[in-house]
Amino acid sequence: MLFFSFFKTLVDHPVTVELKNDISIRGTLKSVDQFLNIKLDDISVVEEVKYPHLSSVKNVFIRGSVVRYVHLPGSVVDTALLEDAARREAAQASAKAKAG
Amino acid sequence: MADAEQTESAPSEPLDLVRLSLDEMVFVKLRGDRELKGRLHVRKLHNAIARESRLTVVQAYDSHCNLVLGDVEETVYTVEEDEDGEESVKTLKKQSEMLFVRGDSVVLISPQPNT
Repeated sequence: MLFFSFFKTLVDHPVTVELKNDISIRGTLKSVDQFLNIKLDDISVVEEVKYPHLSSVKNVFIRGSVVRYVHLPGSVVDTALLEDAARREAAQASAKAKAG
Repeated sequence: MADAEQTESAPSEPLDLVRLSLDEMVFVKLRGDRELKGRLHVRKLHNAIARESRLTVVQAYDSHCNLVLGDVEETVYTVEEDEDGEESVKTLKKQSEMLFVRGDSVVLISPQPNT
């Protein structure tokens, strides 16, 4: 749930999604769901010459499982908040593991 | 079994090692090629991404090993074969200020002393 919430805070920001087949797609993050599927608007492929397949595509839905990286703009990420959230999620997970 | 107070400091399960690495330098090994499964012996691969590695700061993680890393240097290792059949390992380095890494690519996470 942590990264789902995290990505929701990045909606409308420019991101670059690198897929497991090495294609990098730059675009505006429009939405994200619990599987970390991603919708991007106004896309461009980073190495257009090498991967011309998507030249005419304007927006995409990317299945979460094919994502390798998401390059994020460093300025919009509150690292202290994110770190706290990670600690809280870890505490919750270990509490759940003990209860269950 | 340690109680909640103790687990906050002492590592008792594998992911606690990652928790203790929050905001610390780590080395993360990733799968670059599906056939590899994280093996270090890259000699058999031809013109394929053999290994990717990072040395960076962990900002966040979850139980899937999804990570957000800051100040990342990515190194991609590729093995290329020239006309004589000689293999050589090429490295390609890339920088990124903030990076989300999907957990299913992660092979290992190792804390690193600050350099």
